[in-house]
Amino acid sequence: MKAVVMQSRLSWALVAIVGYHGAVLSLRAAETEATQTITVAAAADLKFALDPIVADFQKQHSNVTVRVSYGSSGNLFAQIDNGAPFDLFLSADIDFPRKLIENKKAVADSLFSYAVGRIVVWVPKDSPIDVEKLGIESLLTPSVRKIAIANPEHAPYGRAAVAAMKKLGVYDKVSSKLVLGENIAQAAQFVESGAADIGLIALSLAVSPKMKGEGRYSEVPPDAYLRLEQGGVILSASKQPDLARQFRAMVVGPQGRETLQRYGFILPE
Amino acid sequence: MMDWVAIGLTARLAGCAALALLAIGLPIAYWLATTHWRGRVFVEAVVALPLVLPPTVLGFYLLVAFGPRHHFGQWYETLTGHLLPFSFGGLLIASVIYSLPFAVQPFTVAFRSLDPAFADIAKTFGATRLQIFWHVAVPMAWHGILAGFVLSFAHTLGEFGVVLMVGGNIPGVTRTLSISIYDQVQSLNYAAAAWNSSFLLLVCFAILSITYLLQRHFRIA
Repeated sequence: MKAVVMQSRLSWALVAIVGYHGAVLSLRAAETEATQTITVAAAADLKFALDPIVADFQKQHSNVTVRVSYGSSGNLFAQIDNGAPFDLFLSADIDFPRKLIENKKAVADSLFSYAVGRIVVWVPKDSPIDVEKLGIESLLTPSVRKIAIANPEHAPYGRAAVAAMKKLGVYDKVSSKLVLGENIAQAAQFVESGAADIGLIALSLAVSPKMKGEGRYSEVPPDAYLRLEQGGVILSASKQPDLARQFRAMVVGPQGRETLQRYGFILPE
Repeated sequence: MMDWVAIGLTARLAGCAALALLAIGLPIAYWLATTHWRGRVFVEAVVALPLVLPPTVLGFYLLVAFGPRHHFGQWYETLTGHLLPFSFGGLLIASVIYSLPFAVQPFTVAFRSLDPAFADIAKTFGATRLQIFWHVAVPMAWHGILAGFVLSFAHTLGEFGVVLMVGGNIPGVTRTLSISIYDQVQSLNYAAAAWNSSFLLLVCFAILSITYLLQRHFRIA
């Protein structure tokens, strides 16, 4: 008798649980009908600059959510090349997007150039190094023990940093002091936290609200490294290429250009 | 293909961490196994924390607390002459914390399984607690100690997240095999990644197989 009562209670509980979940699921279904999501794979130098652009875009498209994953361009390239489900890729160079088109992972005619990156020598504000006066020579200061750059193996900013150090004749003297961030944002974090004494980082990070008051910098002469032309592509795996195109239009449109310029990028013609 | 510099460094790091954990872990484990203090559960919980916490938590604390702006970091710098991030010593400290439960838990189990009669007999012969630990408990629990030593060595071989956060990827100093494989994958150098991954796979498989074989052998004997 008792067992029967127990069993019926249990089944009522089950009905209640299933009913609840059904209701939640149908609510979710209604939600996805109303709102769409696009996912963007973005180079880490865009970490702060892209936020206002995303906000502007979402203001114009109130039913769209933009999700951004940041990483080194090489890391994101490897993920996309192996099937990562992004809609749009904003690289810190133009070769990775080109290669994706070659590999049929990106839409053939979708390549666009949206910014040109710049690198700076950055020190924390309490550093004794007069970086504004010394420029790249700051790296040779005897008190410098660790120099943060992005990993040149897969981060375009790391490649540019190494090229600039070689061109300006300091690389051989400092190569033993280099520490490599997984991407340019980690390199910036290494030096912002004081763990590294000085760093070669993206200007777009140096002028961001998070880092602006935390340190001083001087720009590395742009002719010392290969032009950091930053390109993007719409990915073949995208299920909503039209929406991705609209976001691209925002990035290269007047609002996007204004924001990118504010973050220190040079704009492509 | 094979990154021998990284393999050598990883082996050195794992060896140093396992030895350090032997020195630190044995007294902690013996104390845990023999104390009747009720608060010991909290110590056990602290020891087990690295099993469940993500490596990023440890990485964050190590970066910030041992950075130049905090007392720990300043103290560590005056002691060693350099900061903890981007150094072999820093990775060693991280590894010791990270692999602590893999040493202490097998040690504790081994000490607990000892018949307390042996310690009592030694005590009637006037042995001190240290002498009992050193001449009775450690020799009798050796198979559990070996297991803990090997496990902490193997676990350090597989460390990745903390090293990525505090290592700085310096060849021969902080670029361990797991980081080297990560770089090879990012650079689309899949062949090299495959060689180094299969090497690590085989080494870890061999280490664990030998450990379990030894354990079974001595349990039966």
